[in-house]
Amino acid sequence: MTEALRRTPLYDEHIARGARLVPFAGWEMPIQYPAGIVAEHRSVRNDAGLFDLSHMGEFYFRGDGALACVDHLVSSDIAGLEVGQARYGLLCNERGTIIDDVISYRTAVDEVLMVVNASNVEKDAAHVNQYLPEDVAFEDASLETALIAVQGPRAAVILSSVTDLEVRESSIEALPLFGVTRGRVGGVRATIARTGYTGEDGFEVFAPWDRAQSPWNRLLAAGASMGIVPIGLGARDTLRLEARFSLYGNEIDETTDPIEAGLGWTCKLDKEFVGRDAIAAARETGPARRIVGLTIEGGVARHGYGVLANGAVVGQVTSGTYGPTVGRNIALAYVPTALSKVGTTLAVQIRDREAAATVVKTPFYKRDP
Amino acid sequence: MSNIPDDLRYSKEHEWVRTEGDIATIGITHFAQDQLGDVVFVELPEKGASVRQHASLGVVESVKAASDVYAPVSGEVIERNVKVIESPELVNSSPYQDGWLVKVRMTDKAEPAGLLDAAAYGAHVGAQPH
Repeated sequence: MTEALRRTPLYDEHIARGARLVPFAGWEMPIQYPAGIVAEHRSVRNDAGLFDLSHMGEFYFRGDGALACVDHLVSSDIAGLEVGQARYGLLCNERGTIIDDVISYRTAVDEVLMVVNASNVEKDAAHVNQYLPEDVAFEDASLETALIAVQGPRAAVILSSVTDLEVRESSIEALPLFGVTRGRVGGVRATIARTGYTGEDGFEVFAPWDRAQSPWNRLLAAGASMGIVPIGLGARDTLRLEARFSLYGNEIDETTDPIEAGLGWTCKLDKEFVGRDAIAAARETGPARRIVGLTIEGGVARHGYGVLANGAVVGQVTSGTYGPTVGRNIALAYVPTALSKVGTTLAVQIRDREAAATVVKTPFYKRDP
Repeated sequence: MSNIPDDLRYSKEHEWVRTEGDIATIGITHFAQDQLGDVVFVELPEKGASVRQHASLGVVESVKAASDVYAPVSGEVIERNVKVIESPELVNSSPYQDGWLVKVRMTDKAEPAGLLDAAAYGAHVGAQPH
């Protein structure tokens, strides 16, 4: 690796708090703070956590055709979004496999904000550029846009205490799930959405790159008495895995289609979008393999480990960890459809032995409504 | 570096050894557990297994990754720490006491003398990039 790692505008804050930094998708990112991954994970489940996600990509589509353009690019129903609504969906290629998973936010009548994975920014921008009509202006604002997530049962009250929304009669507490609005967070103009990747209630705050310290520090100060702590990528991964959210590069990539990945629900097949015909055909045929959740006895499964049935390799682990809240070793894996039923007994090859694994219902963790 | 007891010997791979006669108690150091993060699983050899110095003794898994533990001395495993198998977090909370891994009857009592003393180990981890 010859290229220097990029730093987010909150790099100095992470250093000051004793974060351990690692290279991730070309960025120097905190993997954990001194309290450690398990403690950070529990903070998000019980109280609140603050995430620096400034490495992620932000694309703007502006113009009369913006909504239709994103609707054509993304698998889910974007044309049906009202101003102030967001939706999860997939960018697919014509073969119907997955280029990225994204959230599209309709931030104005003629504007859509799309958040993409850090590792895919260049690839996604190149893909999007192939499909841009003349009445849409595309902007990759990834390096001008900081992203801070505040997640956990106390996220709403903490965020609310440092936020003034532009629409006076509205409130953070009343923002619906997948709603998006504008306001000042810690005095800084920001886009605020009720989205996240943890399985908890929570919000994501998009702020100008060079002003990100203010919302970050104000949120930490305001939430200190309510147990808010900064969270690294380590706990981000254990949180999303318990909630069974896909991670690009693990569960999904350009060799996987949405049906086998368990993301068929994101595909609105009665509209035209890039990859639609191939995905419809894949659904018609039925997948040869499927993502399942596994619990594993006596060992931690990791990305790439083999899944065994009667001693033969039949599949592969895509993500695995110890789940601090569920208190078990959990994994996601591709297995043949015939072996994907809940209750099926399999094994995972862990070093030189087979660890017993059982197909279980996902998500592994679901918060009380 | 604090938390390197004077009465133990250390390997460059961050295991410690406490000897009483020909019995060696083995664990991983404070530095090692701190680098690993939250330990969630330990895999240890069965009682009666023979281990060879510098060969793999077992595996300690943190939330993040699996790490080999190497035998700092050769011999026969006479006991493994059942408590640490049930509660792997003991490796983090008490690396030199409750978080020990195995006890080995040494075949070569001279081996510990070839390991690092506390000062040398302190210099070794002080020089580690982290």
